[in-house]
Amino acid sequence: MDQEPSRFKGKIITDQMAEDITRVEELAYDLRISEVMTRDVATLSPDQPMRDVLEVFRTVRISGAPVTRGNELVGIVSIEDLIQCLSKADLDAPVKNYMTTQMITIRDTDTVVEALKIFVNLRFGRLPVMDENGQLVGILTKGDVTRGILKALQKDYQEEEVRRYRARHLFEDIESDRTSLILRYNIRHLDFTHGGAASSQIKRALIRLGASPKVARRVGIAVYEAEMNLIIHTNHGGIIRVEIEPHQISIDAYDDGPGIKDIELAMKPGYSTATEAIRELGFGAGMGLVNIARCMDFMKLESSEETGTHLKMKVFLKEEDKVGEGYAATKEAAA
Amino acid sequence: MTLDQIIQSLNLTVVTEPQDFASITPSGGYTSDLLSCVMAGAKSKNIWVTIQSHANIIAVAALLDLAAIIITEGAEPNQATIQKANEEGIVLLTTRMQSYETVGRLWELGVRLG
Repeated sequence: MDQEPSRFKGKIITDQMAEDITRVEELAYDLRISEVMTRDVATLSPDQPMRDVLEVFRTVRISGAPVTRGNELVGIVSIEDLIQCLSKADLDAPVKNYMTTQMITIRDTDTVVEALKIFVNLRFGRLPVMDENGQLVGILTKGDVTRGILKALQKDYQEEEVRRYRARHLFEDIESDRTSLILRYNIRHLDFTHGGAASSQIKRALIRLGASPKVARRVGIAVYEAEMNLIIHTNHGGIIRVEIEPHQISIDAYDDGPGIKDIELAMKPGYSTATEAIRELGFGAGMGLVNIARCMDFMKLESSEETGTHLKMKVFLKEEDKVGEGYAATKEAAA
Repeated sequence: MTLDQIIQSLNLTVVTEPQDFASITPSGGYTSDLLSCVMAGAKSKNIWVTIQSHANIIAVAALLDLAAIIITEGAEPNQATIQKANEEGIVLLTTRMQSYETVGRLWELGVRLG
């Protein structure tokens, strides 16, 4: 078959051209014949009478069928051939007298655009589809192509819907007087193996719930620091509780001691009580609480040697682009 | 500058599963061995140069969505770290060079802040 080069082959596609390529055109280049063809093909034998053709076309409601001898494709018979036969009142004649033997076939692995070229340039209404061994595996009509492209567009549309759904705000289409989701994580003392697991999981959950990547990143960083604080600085580890609401994300980290002696000092960049062994691992930079303050919109640190430490953090989603001013908020609250 | 060009030029060893390195272009570079500093300073898609090789660097890289980690001075990440990196899709690279030289070479290749 004469393979006319594709419209785009070997050309540099400019942005303007790329914009002009419709999704349908793209699909014609993407979709394979095997994905759109009709597989259950009604076939006829060359020696059957034309009367059978009439019967098959009527009952199966088709307007053409391949003619095979054994496994070999020998022709194609269409409604036009049947009309010719009817006009001569020759229904007892064998199919081979009326069938078309000059056929154009197409490979199952070809793209739909190849079939479209044939449909446009030649008068054929249907193309027998052959596999690599030259065996008939299906038949392709313009209707099959239309259906196949519509189906692919439908799939595109559904995927787009899902993407759009995910890109919306947290819980946007859930209605209640108060919607919230609470996630709890138990953090064990000195469990470096799972360090960062809670923050990764929280970040992932936020993305799935529709939070922007920016918000998810801020929360991820703050929770990571809180998590490492529980791993490194507590007696028995602690709990991280995250409450996700449409307008805010609240994170609470609790532990039962030993408590922070001087909160003001603990908030100073570079101040750390980490041991030498912990520092060697890259922790104890004295930047944890500072990082949290930077990422959060609100932060409050309460601690006593009796009850342990409670770190409250919040991100407000209404002003999504505001970078955290948690430390400032804490100072204001204290003032 | 793509990651495969960086790996070739600096003769880095890839210790995680191969990815399509030619399709990864680090947005810039960052270096520190203090994880909280990395948290504060590294930008999304940065390449991070450090001597730390324990599993927590993967959590940091995943949270910050870093392009790759270069572990310097011949430090070898253990199997758990490599496995975690593979799970998170983080590219781990090692070199015998010191951090100073590694960063210098990256800078020469045009990998800047960002």
